[in-house]
Amino acid sequence: MSTVTDHAHHEDDHHHHAPSGIKRWLFTTNHKDIGTLYLWFAFIMFLTGGAMAMVIRAELFQPGLQIVDPHFFNQMTTVHGLIMVFGAVMPAFTGLANWLVPMMIGAPDMALPRMNNWSFWILPFAFTILLASLFMEGGGPAFGWTFYAPLSTTYSGDTTALFVFSVHIMGISSIMGAINVIVTIFNMRAPGMTWMKMPLFVWTWLITAFLLIAVMPVLAGVVTMVLTDKFFGTSFFDAAGGGDPVMFQHIFWFFGHPEVYIMILPAFGIISAIVPTFSRKKLFGYASMVYATTSIALLSFIVWAHHMFTTGMPVAAELFFMLATMLISVPTGVKVFNWVATMWRGSLTFEVPMLFALAFIVLFTIGGLSGLMLAIVPVDFQYHDTYFVVAHFHYVLVTGAIFSIMAAVYYWLPKWTGKMFDITLAKWHFWCSLISVNVLFFPMHFIGLAGMPRRIPDYALQFADFNKWISIGGFAFGLSQLLFLWLLIKACRKEGEPVSDQVWEGAEGLEWEIPSPAPYHTFETPPVIK
Amino acid sequence: MKKTMSGAVAFLTGILAFPAIAESTSQLDQYQLNLTKGVTDISAEVYDLHMLMFIICVVIAVAVFGVMFYSMVFHRKSKGAKPANFHESVKVEIAWTVVPFIILIFMAIPAAQTLIAMEDSSSPDVSVLVTGSQWKWHYKYMDSDVEFFSVLATQPEQIANKFEKGINYLLEVDRPLVIPTGKKVRFLVTSDDVIHSWWVPDFAVKKDANPGFINEAWTKVNEPGIYRGQCAELCGKDHGFMPVVVIAKEPAEYEAWIAEQQDIQRRAKEEEQKLLAMNMEMGELMEVGERVYLATCAACHMPNGEGLPGAFPALKGSDMALNDMQAHIDIVVNGKAGTSMQAFGKQLSLKELAAVITYERNAWGNNTGETVQAKDVNALVTGQ
Repeated sequence: MSTVTDHAHHEDDHHHHAPSGIKRWLFTTNHKDIGTLYLWFAFIMFLTGGAMAMVIRAELFQPGLQIVDPHFFNQMTTVHGLIMVFGAVMPAFTGLANWLVPMMIGAPDMALPRMNNWSFWILPFAFTILLASLFMEGGGPAFGWTFYAPLSTTYSGDTTALFVFSVHIMGISSIMGAINVIVTIFNMRAPGMTWMKMPLFVWTWLITAFLLIAVMPVLAGVVTMVLTDKFFGTSFFDAAGGGDPVMFQHIFWFFGHPEVYIMILPAFGIISAIVPTFSRKKLFGYASMVYATTSIALLSFIVWAHHMFTTGMPVAAELFFMLATMLISVPTGVKVFNWVATMWRGSLTFEVPMLFALAFIVLFTIGGLSGLMLAIVPVDFQYHDTYFVVAHFHYVLVTGAIFSIMAAVYYWLPKWTGKMFDITLAKWHFWCSLISVNVLFFPMHFIGLAGMPRRIPDYALQFADFNKWISIGGFAFGLSQLLFLWLLIKACRKEGEPVSDQVWEGAEGLEWEIPSPAPYHTFETPPVIK
Repeated sequence: MKKTMSGAVAFLTGILAFPAIAESTSQLDQYQLNLTKGVTDISAEVYDLHMLMFIICVVIAVAVFGVMFYSMVFHRKSKGAKPANFHESVKVEIAWTVVPFIILIFMAIPAAQTLIAMEDSSSPDVSVLVTGSQWKWHYKYMDSDVEFFSVLATQPEQIANKFEKGINYLLEVDRPLVIPTGKKVRFLVTSDDVIHSWWVPDFAVKKDANPGFINEAWTKVNEPGIYRGQCAELCGKDHGFMPVVVIAKEPAEYEAWIAEQQDIQRRAKEEEQKLLAMNMEMGELMEVGERVYLATCAACHMPNGEGLPGAFPALKGSDMALNDMQAHIDIVVNGKAGTSMQAFGKQLSLKELAAVITYERNAWGNNTGETVQAKDVNALVTGQ
């Protein structure tokens, strides 16, 4: 990925003197370079957050406290969540958007290239601040990634200020990235690239970008209220001063629920690109996919309180949020049915991106179905805050969002580097990940139903055996990702067989019509779309 | 711990027979796979609802994955499959929008009925105020003056892997809540500090304890027994160590128990009054103080009195513990607003307060040599 320029230089030298070395990356305004930076950053964060998950699983390997104390354990669960959400999944999707959106709509670059540089380069600072707080007196944030007040205000450590500032920076970065995507898609489509001709990845990202602009300011607001409650004597969330701790949860989840769709809509776009390619058949219902994505995005604004059924809401509110949440499964089902109908009577082959896409469809659907169960308020009282919930959201985020990111990387990597990746290694990576991820997350359904609460460093004896299995699955899944690291390093060193422009038989779209590897500058003259 | 082989077998059969196996309450069930049916009518309804949802989800999954796997097997390029050219079908698309919608309606109706029944906490027979605080529960019976704290009873040595773990490891408390069977018991749930969540799976009751607000929940237990649960909302460092234990007794036994508790509480108050006239010896104060300290204070200030820097202050060598006795008594009795330091005045007896303050002023090299007596504490409490 990183050496794409070598090829492009001789063509561009006459009008473009790109800096080399570290300055190339620091000052770059090229969407491909920035995409690469985002993707590597996300992968480093994925390994960092994963290392914290290993600490958690090591402590939970058997009952009793062995490795870490409960206070540090809480810091690990908190920072693991924050890093995976804001450091791994979201930047990875932004990286893919940077690489792909201009290439897919026939634009020469993102619309706002300098802001693009800025939105990436503030991210390392945000995460340095967050991670540094772990080493300070009192430790890092220990109140869960959802930072419920008053645990995060009156009862938190002084490093909460650093947590707040790092979340602010992440939010600013996301908003800038989202603005860039929207402006690019609205203004820079090639002539003839009408709305309903745009690839679904572009559509899903456009809708995601609107969600980001709508809810990231809400997150910024709620962390600021936490900051002023803790340090400046306000009482937004303190009943003693006229506030309400449950109001925190309403504001947080008004951000938080659209946030989970921010982390899955681009995945729908990716799967909708990969499945038709390897089925050699058009996507069954393009228009209904666009409408389904839009409905999911709109519904995501009226379901937030399904995270809060046990907080003591009125029955009418519980019924409303239950019904609205159940409704989301209709457009989500439309998507799954569409993918399956696309495969039906296709001509299927099972290259690595397709393997990840198929695993996504099955495992994401399992996560979706457990989500439907969680929507049913009376049983949610039993599921809420247990490992059943942990199983649910890891199925949709790990085997959902992260598997889709891996599928995307395998799908477009040959276009980026011009070389086919090491297929044997990739298949090892796939099968090891697939098996271990299910050993890791499937038994969590059982211990959750049997009554194990989440976010506890030690547990009752009846949960011991499943926890041991889960930890073994966790370590295996963690190690499997080192295969991915190795494969990516080889790919960036340009090892492998050269690929054709189309790369995959059956791949369609503008990005497959340009040379492989994609030149440093593409579509300086807009292509004509039939 | 079972052997790995039998574990593997149980694990596999477990996956194959997910809903079928779900029994046993009295002894440890290493492979409980499913939700409990519980011991109330509501919890049984919740279980049925859970199974209904589960079966519908399995049927949907089998149908969708069945079609998908059929394609994967029979529509392969390697088997010479030629791609068809169909796409977009309004009929199919309307069908797969409308059919799921109808299924959802069938799910929502029984769910709404159960929910409305669960949320109706009107006309209770007994009301208990349940107050969470870091990391213990307090129960107060609204119809009598019985009230007490309920704290984890598992020995720290078991948690630290020095002693063998007991069968109710982390699910045992010093004083369980006692409720009558066959009566509607209403729980008024609140908190003194952060948000906790009071959960007993066998009752299908989980309600958040929000500071400054009171939530209501109720149960009507059919069978006498001991029912165990845990705090379900992350509430800080020892969130994993604040279990809930409820004993359901026949109404007559329950009445007798309440009377006995009232008697015990009255006698304890009389004892306290006598104590005010006496001075306790340093040795006795230190002995009682150490016990109280380890049970009540050590979670934050640590058994060695060094605290957790940045989170919980050290007592060892602290200015207050070495010099300012009045401030020391005040902070233990009244707590410190805006911090995790609770008001222990209502949690501990005068004797225990005096002993633990004496202990803190004389342990770990804090050798002030001063004793604090019950009457010193009482003077501060009564404002003399």
